[in-house]
Amino acid sequence: MSFHLIKPNTNIDFIKLRYFAFALSGLMILIGAISLVSKGGPRYGIDFAGGVILQTKFEAETKVENVKKILEATNLPGLVVQQLGKAKDNEFLIRTSIGDNVSSAAVQKTVSEAFDKDLAGNKYTFKRIEMVGPKVGSDLRGKALEALYYAILLIAIYISGRFEHRWMAAGIMAAGLFAGITALQYLNAPQVWLVLGALLITLGLCFLLKLNYALGAIVALIHDVLVTIGTFSILNKEFDLTIIAALLTLIGYSLNDTIIVYDRIRETHAARTEDPLPVVINKSVNQTLSRTVLTSGLAFLAVFSLFLFGGDVIHDFALAMLIGIIVGTYSSIYVAAPIIVSLTPEDAHTPPAAPVKPIKRGGVKPLEV
Amino acid sequence: MYRNLRWRLLVTLAVILIALVFLLPSAPGIKGTTLGKILPDSAINLGLDLKGGIHLTLGVDVDKAIENNMGTLGQDLKASAREENLAVLRPNILPGPRLEAVLVGADKQDAFEKLLAKSFASLKIDAKEKQPEDRVRYVLSMTPAYKKELSRLTLDQAVKTIRNRIDQFGVAEPDIRRQEGNRIQVQLPGLTDPERAIAIIGKTAHLEFKIVDDSVDPASIKAGLVGPGREITTMVTHGSKGGANETPIVLMKDAVMTGEYITDARATIESNNNQFAVSMNFNARGAKVFERITEENIKKRLAIVLDGKCYSAPVIQDKIPGGRAQITGSFTQDEARDLAIVLRAGALPAPVSVLEQRTVGPTLGQESIDAGIMSTLIAAVCIVVFMAVYYGFAGIFANIVLLLNIVLTMAGLAAFGATLTLPGIAGIILTIAMAVDANVLIYERIREELRLGLKPADAVHKGYDRATLAIIDSNTTNVLVAIILYQFGTGPIRGFAVTLVLGILMSMFTAIFVSRIMFDLYISKRPANAAVSI
Repeated sequence: MSFHLIKPNTNIDFIKLRYFAFALSGLMILIGAISLVSKGGPRYGIDFAGGVILQTKFEAETKVENVKKILEATNLPGLVVQQLGKAKDNEFLIRTSIGDNVSSAAVQKTVSEAFDKDLAGNKYTFKRIEMVGPKVGSDLRGKALEALYYAILLIAIYISGRFEHRWMAAGIMAAGLFAGITALQYLNAPQVWLVLGALLITLGLCFLLKLNYALGAIVALIHDVLVTIGTFSILNKEFDLTIIAALLTLIGYSLNDTIIVYDRIRETHAARTEDPLPVVINKSVNQTLSRTVLTSGLAFLAVFSLFLFGGDVIHDFALAMLIGIIVGTYSSIYVAAPIIVSLTPEDAHTPPAAPVKPIKRGGVKPLEV
Repeated sequence: MYRNLRWRLLVTLAVILIALVFLLPSAPGIKGTTLGKILPDSAINLGLDLKGGIHLTLGVDVDKAIENNMGTLGQDLKASAREENLAVLRPNILPGPRLEAVLVGADKQDAFEKLLAKSFASLKIDAKEKQPEDRVRYVLSMTPAYKKELSRLTLDQAVKTIRNRIDQFGVAEPDIRRQEGNRIQVQLPGLTDPERAIAIIGKTAHLEFKIVDDSVDPASIKAGLVGPGREITTMVTHGSKGGANETPIVLMKDAVMTGEYITDARATIESNNNQFAVSMNFNARGAKVFERITEENIKKRLAIVLDGKCYSAPVIQDKIPGGRAQITGSFTQDEARDLAIVLRAGALPAPVSVLEQRTVGPTLGQESIDAGIMSTLIAAVCIVVFMAVYYGFAGIFANIVLLLNIVLTMAGLAAFGATLTLPGIAGIILTIAMAVDANVLIYERIREELRLGLKPADAVHKGYDRATLAIIDSNTTNVLVAIILYQFGTGPIRGFAVTLVLGILMSMFTAIFVSRIMFDLYISKRPANAAVSI
């Protein structure tokens, strides 16, 4: 007989646990937000903030305090010195910010001169030199936000169309979102507001159009992104392009889990209409639980290997993915599915005798006063 | 039910064969052999983060080029007007850029405007006003279409010049491409000295020959008081013990000749002081021009100005025929060599600035490759062992298609000539996890159906059918996100997006199509009610 991680016929009442889960999620987001606010926003890497990075390796033993002391004397702006890998690697990441007219070559020269003077005889090499100018930094910030915005838009449209067979409503939402964003752009709103606006419009339209699955999925993925960003802030990690890539990937990944659960809800719903909604959802979550835990476990294993052995360059990317996999799995089970119960009015939980509502809804349901 | 098994097997074998054809050129030791000649040329490229090298994003100051062009247009306008017997005062460039031209003689307006319409279609009249002394002041600007065309030409010219310089410098497989927002991306694999690369690529190398005005006294120079048509420039001289001094020098503003006639330039050693210099040869037209200006300016000093700095200003003793000139200065051997390259390759049409620079040394690149391979192997081994233990025979099927998935993904990368980056390797690891997910979904479903009391064959059939929809649905979002990443990401991130999309598509093929063949073969050879190992 084969192994089972999750016993068949497991029946955990996730719906009953939902208020506890919502409170826990709220708490996690709150702690992350407090960390972000107290640190004055996320810590941007040079991709977004601009600056110079020199990854330096010394041949002889060198202490990080020593490197710091020597470089502090050079008055480089915004200097940060970090040890990389193990202490015996003698490898350091030196980061500075730059003004408009300072080139990476100038920074490199200053650092080299300081090392040649104060650490004479200790050979070193620059394994990596990166310089991002302020202009490129702000461009990359804009691009990252734009990518997040489009991801949310496409996903909302896809889920509404695919899961509620309401491409029309999805189309209306896309049009509404597009109009809203164009209006904001017309008002010359900064990009952060554009993305926030896009989010709020999407959530509002999903709610108005009663696109509950899309709303649930989007709430879950915003939850995942917020918790990951918050955790990164608590751990004092930097945000750069690869972290944004990780965030987008985990959006896709968490959604993957959510969709498997939704798929099952849809299937069960179609097969046994006599069950009230909370029962259907609970059953579906339990039926897919084994798969969810297995897949997430394997994905975690794979990314953990990347985290441990993938090297410094990819380390933070792997960390973001690890956090994302845990949070994404949690949110698919505890947030995305139960939220549908909360979003559906109480009297609609038990469907009427007719299995499917005969009313064909083309789009917006007229508001009842 | 298994009728089309043979057909499905054939498709799978064909796909594997095609994959091998595309993958083999990327394997070491194949290139150059007879086998390598039959196989396709495209192979997996390693990104700069793995291979080591320099990545630069350059901003081209197109506005400056437009301003320069406006200046030339102004001079042309004045000259053309003179040919038509129209008097136009020296045109001024206003911010914008716009051109201010003052016509002497209000009755000549029609003739002047006719000239503008006929020969200067790129200019349009913004404003026109009568001035005292029978003058008319015109403010002209470029038409948007001309401006656009000019920007395009400037950028094309800049790319061409940079490519020329890099080719002359000698870099294997450089990649130079235009980007939006007047930017140029340059990738130089294998180079590790960004300072020198930037010095060669970024130097405008605008060479001008100007006549020195020695009549201005030092006090006026200090106060910045020079006559019209003259300018104060920095003169770089070198002391006897090396080291550069900068002193002001007064030059006539209009260059008598520019570097456009240079056919060749090379570094030389001056015999009298063992200093490095750069000697230039001009083409026939340049030689003629140089002979004329030296003849017209005997006993005056001729300043050689490079990018706004004067390097030498020898006295012209006699007219110089033959088309040769020399720049001396306190150059090191490398500097002289690089300057010769830059002069040979031609000047940039506009100044460029380095907006972004990323240099990865070869040791770090190799370390990243090793770490990438190591973590991929460990992840794969963990998953393979788990699947075999957890699902038995079915797990081994999953492992076989997992291997196939990796092969197909790599073959896809090779077929598209895509670039493998460090995030790309991370993408492969994620793909491994996602490819297994498809199998887990199917197997969990089959187990469920078996528990419901279905016969093994029916359970497999139903499990595959039901899970397929869920797999396609869930993977669609991953593909959507990866496409967005590709659209907005930079180099390494794009590598990640490409491997992710390829891996997901291939995993759908391997998990749904190929693994089912194995299952069908396995089931068809057994009695209908025998238990399956899953």
